[in-house]
Amino acid sequence: MQDSHASPRLRPPRNPVERRAVTWWATQAALWWGGIVVVLAVAAAVIGPARFWLLLAAAVTAVVCLVDALVVSRVRFRVHRWEVTDDAVYARTGWFMQEWRVAPMSRIQTVDTKRGPLEQRFGLSTVTVTTASAHGAIKIPGLDHRMADDLVQTLTAITQATPGDAT
Amino acid sequence: MTADWRRLDPRTLRVTLVTMLGVAVVAGVPTTVGLLGTGLPLLVIVPVGAVLLVLGGVGIDWLRWRHTRYRVTDSRVEVRHDFVVHTVKSIPRERVRSVDIDAGPVHRLFGVVKVRIGTGQQDKAGEVITFDPLDRALAERLRGDLLRRTTTEPATAVPGELARLDWAWLRYAPLSVSTPILGAAAFGAVMQVAEWFGVQADVVRAVGGFFASLSVVELVAVLVVIGLVVGVVGSLGLFVEMWWNYRLTRESGALVMRRGLVTTRSLTLEERRVRGLEFVEPLGARLAGAARLDAVATGLRVKDEKGHSVPRSLAPAMPKAKAQALAASILGESPPPTEAAGLTAHPVAARRRRLVWAVSGALAPVAVLALLGVLLTDVLLVIAGVVAVIAVPLAVALGMDAYRNLGHGLRGEYLVARSGAVRRRTVALRRSGVIGWRVVSSPFQRRVGLLNLVAVTSANSGAYEIPDVDAAGLAFADDAVPGVLGQFLDYGPGEAAATDK
Repeated sequence: MQDSHASPRLRPPRNPVERRAVTWWATQAALWWGGIVVVLAVAAAVIGPARFWLLLAAAVTAVVCLVDALVVSRVRFRVHRWEVTDDAVYARTGWFMQEWRVAPMSRIQTVDTKRGPLEQRFGLSTVTVTTASAHGAIKIPGLDHRMADDLVQTLTAITQATPGDAT
Repeated sequence: MTADWRRLDPRTLRVTLVTMLGVAVVAGVPTTVGLLGTGLPLLVIVPVGAVLLVLGGVGIDWLRWRHTRYRVTDSRVEVRHDFVVHTVKSIPRERVRSVDIDAGPVHRLFGVVKVRIGTGQQDKAGEVITFDPLDRALAERLRGDLLRRTTTEPATAVPGELARLDWAWLRYAPLSVSTPILGAAAFGAVMQVAEWFGVQADVVRAVGGFFASLSVVELVAVLVVIGLVVGVVGSLGLFVEMWWNYRLTRESGALVMRRGLVTTRSLTLEERRVRGLEFVEPLGARLAGAARLDAVATGLRVKDEKGHSVPRSLAPAMPKAKAQALAASILGESPPPTEAAGLTAHPVAARRRRLVWAVSGALAPVAVLALLGVLLTDVLLVIAGVVAVIAVPLAVALGMDAYRNLGHGLRGEYLVARSGAVRRRTVALRRSGVIGWRVVSSPFQRRVGLLNLVAVTSANSGAYEIPDVDAAGLAFADDAVPGVLGQFLDYGPGEAAATDK
């Protein structure tokens, strides 16, 4: 334990996520916001009286789409990092609100991976580590899927070897 | 312990009969009145419907009772339904963490109770077995049997009574938010009943006529006073119903709370599930020098089956000193960790954030009123001015208070954190109950070097926030729960920023 008068900093976790996660996030943004732009544009074509406002909304959404796809995805990549030590899982996520989460090995209950359709195309996986708390889950998105599988196996082995009911 | 499959108490049919009769009357009377003008053929529907409703309800309950069996063996508690779909629910006895006994007025009429047996992971489906109904004496015996094994653990505290109702506490009941809510609800109820009978306009006219001599302002004042009186009476009644015969005792390693006038409730909380206490001071109670205690424990139901939040109070609002003494005896720590003295204050930057929130919250309606005033009528501008003059100083006071209330510290085995102005909460959380940390910061916080520290726990809703601390807060988190956050902290020289880019 250190001198509590010193001002510590939370150091970033050691490992970055995969570079191609940027493209994944950008594609996700493009599909989501782009879909809204298309709906608004179609509505503008059909509904004459409200055309100006609908087109304005579509233009604003398009700008949001570009910012999310080109800027936010890169910020996300800089923020998202993760690390597994002998006794804890540590991850940093977010872009606007940034969040650091730590869960000690002894408190981990389940470890699983998830791969959405888009993630599969990029060969990416999201690893979720849950604890007994309703708020304690650690999500690490943007991992290479083989590496994610290895990580899950390692974590499962460690947590099974750790006694206690994790509450 | 018997291993036979047994039936629930057959008095369930009588309970259902009385309940359905009540439903039939409540639904039938307004319907009859509504149909009065339409002639005989439609009016026949009401008694026929009522009979079908009662017979149907009792019939369904009879089927449920006939096809439900339960048993308590040496190793498991099981319940079986064999109608159309066959289901068996089974909980190993060593995982039983709570046995709660409730009895509504109809249940009490027939001497039966509803028993809920839980594993402490009641947010997950299938982790609760309900026996509805059982004989009261049988249920009490069952609870004793299911929770007895806890006596083998070393008892850290003597059994006995920790608290019982003091009628002087009744004076805090009208200070709760239920007073204005009940007052407003009373007006709503009057209008609702008037609408059933189609006389809403008459009621409004009658009130208008009765107070015809009063100006609008006086009328509003009179109605507010009537609402408050109804609200005060209502919240007193609510208190009596909720806390009648309140007793908190310690029995074989568990806290047992019994209370209730019309509906009696009992809550059993194994002490090894207890992770601490919340010392809660809603504004009204706080101004009167009172506080209540809420449990912090794993497996407490935060939401019920319908998604309503379940109260976790272990005691009603009582004088602060008494509440602290009760906290001390529940946690077995003296002085109680929930005492506020000596907590570390938060950085001054946190005060500015609270003032900005409070004042902008107060100015939002002022801005709307002013905008409408410019567009529509000057009267609104005057109202906006009045609102601003009243609301802004209040907001500043609340913001300052919110900052003053911020604090955190370590007391023996407990981590203590206090926050809130309208509802000040001091939580004492067992340090061993912290199962992880979260650190959250927005760009605004990062600019002034602040962050929110969140202690993750398996108790209650899962997390306790310590808002707006600076880097020293990280050292605090490391001290509180050694070996979790510490390995990720840099104590090297450099600016005291939480982040690193």
